[in-house]
Amino acid sequence: MVLGRTSRPTGQAMHVTFTAAELEFRDEVRSFLRDNVPEDIRRKQREGVALDRDDYVRFQKLLAGRGWAAVNWPVEYGGTGWNIAQKYIYATEMAEADAPAIVPFGLGMVGPVIYTYGSQAQKQRFLPDILESNVWWCQGYSEPGAGSDLASLKTRADLAGDYYLVNGTKTWTTFGQHADWIFCLVRTTTDVSRRQEGISFLLIDMSSPGVRVQPIITIEGNHEVNEIHFDNVEVPVENLVGEAGKGWTYGKVLLQHERTGTAQVARTNYRLKRLRLHAARSIRGATPLAEDRIFMRKVAAVQVELKALEYTELRTLAAVASGKAPGPESSILKLKGTELQQAVDELYVEAAGYYALPYVPEQYVLDFPEDYRVGEGAETLTSLRYFNYRKASIYGGSNEIQKNIVAKHVLGL
Amino acid sequence: MDFSLSEEQAMLADSIEKFIENDYDFEARQKYAASEIGYSTEAWRTFAELGWTAIPFGEDDGGFCGGPIETMVMMQLFGRALVVEPYLANIVMVGGVLRRLASDAQKSRWLRPIISGELQAALAFTEPQARYDLANIETSAVADGDGWILQGEKGFVLNGGDAGLVIVPARASGGSTDTDGITLFGVTGSADGVSRRPYPTVDGHRAAEIVLRDVKVGSDAILGEAGGGYAILEAVIDEAILAVCAEAVGIMQILTDKTVEYTKTRVQFGVPIASFQALQHRMVDMLTACEQSYSLLLWASMANADGADDAKRAIHAIKYQVGTAGQKVGQEAVQLHGAMGVTWDLDIAHYFKRLTAIGQLFGNADWHLDRLAD
Repeated sequence: MVLGRTSRPTGQAMHVTFTAAELEFRDEVRSFLRDNVPEDIRRKQREGVALDRDDYVRFQKLLAGRGWAAVNWPVEYGGTGWNIAQKYIYATEMAEADAPAIVPFGLGMVGPVIYTYGSQAQKQRFLPDILESNVWWCQGYSEPGAGSDLASLKTRADLAGDYYLVNGTKTWTTFGQHADWIFCLVRTTTDVSRRQEGISFLLIDMSSPGVRVQPIITIEGNHEVNEIHFDNVEVPVENLVGEAGKGWTYGKVLLQHERTGTAQVARTNYRLKRLRLHAARSIRGATPLAEDRIFMRKVAAVQVELKALEYTELRTLAAVASGKAPGPESSILKLKGTELQQAVDELYVEAAGYYALPYVPEQYVLDFPEDYRVGEGAETLTSLRYFNYRKASIYGGSNEIQKNIVAKHVLGL
Repeated sequence: MDFSLSEEQAMLADSIEKFIENDYDFEARQKYAASEIGYSTEAWRTFAELGWTAIPFGEDDGGFCGGPIETMVMMQLFGRALVVEPYLANIVMVGGVLRRLASDAQKSRWLRPIISGELQAALAFTEPQARYDLANIETSAVADGDGWILQGEKGFVLNGGDAGLVIVPARASGGSTDTDGITLFGVTGSADGVSRRPYPTVDGHRAAEIVLRDVKVGSDAILGEAGGGYAILEAVIDEAILAVCAEAVGIMQILTDKTVEYTKTRVQFGVPIASFQALQHRMVDMLTACEQSYSLLLWASMANADGADDAKRAIHAIKYQVGTAGQKVGQEAVQLHGAMGVTWDLDIAHYFKRLTAIGQLFGNADWHLDRLAD
């Protein structure tokens, strides 16, 4: 039913081990990351220090310089043209090198929409800057009144000559405070029979008069997301992507790309590996947590599911490589991927014991005095990450919405 | 990293699919399971004629050099059809031992007739006290002149009821759970001192309790090295685990498909019950469990075919996955079929029972998870 269960492609027999060429590629990626990821960024990643805007941009420019920023883009737009094994190796090596995750809004989201549906002028204007991380993008989908029911969005874009007049509020906009541009789903027609009609995909310069960014502080105390207010913002008509009224279709494609990316299998794998190492260590001569079979059985159970997800992702990539766009099956990756991220977060909290409890975020800066630090390493961050990542089963379409999608589009219910 | 089947593998799958479509519907399966020997001798002859019984063996033995991938392809389809013919016992288990250990003479005596479908065979891999520990063997082997005398009890011998050949692991030395000192003997089913209590199992298969009292065997009965049988037993049971896990995944997939179809046609409160979100989400969970299990099965089969470093962990992982996900999918399929799901006449019940049995075979989910926690 899913992922090639009914059609049986023929070819070489199945193999799990890498070829010599793939191993060579792995070494190339490994040495590039080892030699080029700036040490301060690597340290921040290891020590739990939040990256600032400049860190992300520096890192992504580094990848762009090597031609490795847009892994999944078509080669003609600056993509890598890598096969499945190479993408898998790259994701694994990135995680193992303590390299930051790529901020997805430009490279992973609006980029594919622009090269798929945008005009030639839009491609020329926007794609190079996305590829080079010269422009920071953010996402304007959800609204205060439109969460799971995204099609009920109310932000309006009224045509007034050669520009749209945009009014409304977008919310949960991650890194909106850093962004130069925002891609939005807006309502260009209200006179429609289906609510999914009349929605358009619009690119808006965040420096336009009438755009206001209001921070939202999330559960762990950080400023990560924002509410974005549009008050009579003038947006040139040439910033409309594709046809007016087709935004829902474009937006769905984008969400499928987003969901494929949210599985984060390589990173969760790496976190689990680090947890095992942490658990094997004796703290001040005490029995290591790794001797606790109940805990280790939980770790093992998550590991099994994660290995399964790794192969579900590879099967999806294989389907995409054979010419299919990521379909509703990507919902399974999102569902399972976020569940497992959260399961690993819980294991970290469990492993930290009492030291999951001190609320001392200020100590996660480079060169914080060690004798004043509370807990081993980043122990006191475990609960903050756990709290923050409850978002994972909510964003990108809540996991219940994913189940609705699979039920309707995969199972035909 | 390639998930496509070779041409030969695809052809093998096609031939099994055709056989099932033409000759092996649920009604036929139920008839075979209820027959005196518990399977169809005619179907078994067909298996041999089509070459399926020869798949894992070398060319010298008239085989096709198949490995874990071929077994996976076959067993998944056997699962979908709930095949009761003793492929696991004869070909995967006994065949797995003979393929590795049998001398030329032993091959002509045992392996050839198994491949040709004339000889039924069983591997007596466990004993009543052993639970899932393969090394827990109290059956003894005492040297007696040129040969050996075997004493002991074997439990749950799959296909053991009328097997002409029973492979008996017995202990010539060491404590009752030592891995050293275990020797594999080929024993004729009708030998003096062998008594059998055959019985059907809950999933429509057949097994037997076998008691060995002063069973005399010659030195030509020893398979491989005396005392060195454990490693082979373990390797063969690992292959059997991969095989039953593939079968389980086939069952999980068809149970999910059938449940989805059923809920689309079953009308209550004036609408198909498939329109209820509470049921939709549960079917999505079933689908997810199938997809995850199939993914892990691919990995485990490929890792073992390639002899990858984590091949052994893959065995534990897939058996744990199939144990937990199979139980969930089986229970949900029954639940969503309502009372029909607990009737003997409906195939759903029998798929569920087979999944339950597979969950218990060769170590349950907890047992394998515990190995992974080390």
